Amino acid sequence: MTKVQFGLDTFGDIPRDLIINEQPDYPQAIRQVVKEAKLAEAVGVDIIALGEHHRFDYAISSPEVVLAAIASVTNKITLGSAVTVLSSDDPVRVFERFATVDALANGRAQVMLGRGSFTESFPLFGYDLADYDQLFEEKVNLFSELLKEKETTWTGQLRPALSGANIFPKTQHGLSTWIGVGGSPESIIRAARYELPVMLAVISGTPKRFAPYIELAKQAAAKFQTQPQPIGIHSHGVIATDQAQAETVAWYSIKAMMDQLGRERGWSAMSKAQFDREIKTGSMYVGTPQTVAKKIAKVIKTLNLARFDLVYGAGNQSITEREATIRLYGEEVIPLVKEMLAE
Amino acid sequence: MQTIGILGAGKLGITLAQIATKAGYQVLIASSKDPQAITLTIEVLAPTAQAVTSATAIAKSDVLILAMPLSHYKQVNRQAVKGKIIIDAMNYWWEVDGNRPELLDKTISTSELVQAYFKESIVIKALNHMGYHDLADESLLSDTANPLKKAIAIAGNQRKSINVVKKIIQAFGFDTVVLATLHDGIRLQPGTPAFGANVAEAELRAMIATTIPGEFQLGQHN
Ligand SMILES: NC(=O)c1ccc[n+]([C@@H]2O[C@H](COP(=O)([O-])OP(=O)(O)OC[C@H]3O[C@@H](n4cnc5c(N)ncnc54)[C@H](OP(=O)(O)O)[C@@H]3O)[C@@H](O)[C@H]2O)c1
Repeated sequence: MTKVQFGLDTFGDIPRDLIINEQPDYPQAIRQVVKEAKLAEAVGVDIIALGEHHRFDYAISSPEVVLAAIASVTNKITLGSAVTVLSSDDPVRVFERFATVDALANGRAQVMLGRGSFTESFPLFGYDLADYDQLFEEKVNLFSELLKEKETTWTGQLRPALSGANIFPKTQHGLSTWIGVGGSPESIIRAARYELPVMLAVISGTPKRFAPYIELAKQAAAKFQTQPQPIGIHSHGVIATDQAQAETVAWYSIKAMMDQLGRERGWSAMSKAQFDREIKTGSMYVGTPQTVAKKIAKVIKTLNLARFDLVYGAGNQSITEREATIRLYGEEVIPLVKEMLAE
Repeated sequence: MQTIGILGAGKLGITLAQIATKAGYQVLIASSKDPQAITLTIEVLAPTAQAVTSATAIAKSDVLILAMPLSHYKQVNRQAVKGKIIIDAMNYWWEVDGNRPELLDKTISTSELVQAYFKESIVIKALNHMGYHDLADESLLSDTANPLKKAIAIAGNQRKSINVVKKIIQAFGFDTVVLATLHDGIRLQPGTPAFGANVAEAELRAMIATTIPGEFQLGQHN
């Protein structure tokens, strides 16, 4: 088995300690993420990846700006986004910004292109949701051209054409680029076509149901005669030294967050039975380092993954709880998973 | 053997194709584009289903499932569906369908609008309230199924057609809860307790019974 990479992802949720009189302290929440990234590096995590949102419950709307700050206080950890909402951004700008972070971080920047699980960026930046599919398709197409770092000539329907455009700064060794995917098989095929690695967001249900997607990626690569690329997943989790404690934290944070999102979409709230099932056989990695490590090792083996990212600190967890997850993930879970995989 | 046609080859359409083929049905699945665009996906994800044009899926099927964005139903040639049973699995989702006040009217079931368009077909609402991953995980045909059988609600105006749909859903590996009219489908729409429900029959029945039409919260448009 190739070396598996372990990441930590956050959207910049507001820690409970930083909500005073119902007022989230966004600046402090952002500085907290910088601190956490440093901690993640110190405990041996391979990647820190930040999501882009434009909503009251998340502090991070410009992941690469935060990554630039992290770049200056770390020197090993990969600095990623998860995801950059390419559909409502400009590919040239995205490339320029990440190439800049890559320079600051000595080649550690990584961009993950996605459509985002929310759509709030569309009206904000003047994009039409009716163009949802086409925007992403065209912009990934342009981005893949930009990755060559040569003069680019490109035409599309939703963005002005480029004729022999040269984009700066150039990177030292190319910009590491992934595609973030929800449940759409089309995205898997697209990633194979552009020869880009895929990160699947596995938020609920048994991860095994994604096995056919991995087969699809393989077959699509064969069809396009491209190199099969690594595949990773990202899922939510809370780690604590005590199982019950971890579950309590997950209940008031992750479950509460999912219920909030559910309400906006008309879904009913998650029941205790569903919650328990997500922890036991589903897609929440909640518990002691031993429990969580077993579950991660199992999913890596089942799906033959090259990368696993734990989404930490979702909902309004306290700083102590967030940092406990990071510390236990790096110091105990990752070494345990590596042992289990070696067996 | 019955042939099921599925219009929409996205998350729901493919999941239903997987389940239906496992249940032994012949499945024809289509998007709005050339079948070429989905062949590879279908070959890998639902190998015994066939990717076809939507015209073929309609012409050659006994029962048609609509698994596309709700705002697209008028793109379907209603003449071609004449006389057939249509299972409407669609929901109003503002992020996809846009801000459509006519679909937000809490006194009309969206399936009634679909029925009004497909005048000469019989529209039955079903398979709309459970998320696609739950459908995949919980069908008794799946190896990840819980021992506790889950239920799918069906709403329609015509007994005979309801029974046809009921049989299909039972073959899919679910129990069923039948609502007396298509109008009652309102109790299964986004914002109701039953929306998103992945529960057994008794619990689903209870959720539906406690829903007061007009008083639930619809998904927000912010
Ligand atoms: N996702 C769920 O968990 C779930 C559960 C229950 C019900 N539903 C409902 O099921 C419907 C589909 O949802 P989804 O999540 O599967 O969406 P999706 O992944 O976006 O898939 C939609 C599919 O419909 C196709 N389509 C669009 N217009 C069409 C047309 N005129 N004829 C035939 N196919 C057409 C699209 O392909 P092209 O654009 O290429 O034609 C695409 O394959 C929605 O109404 C949704 O509310 C979804």
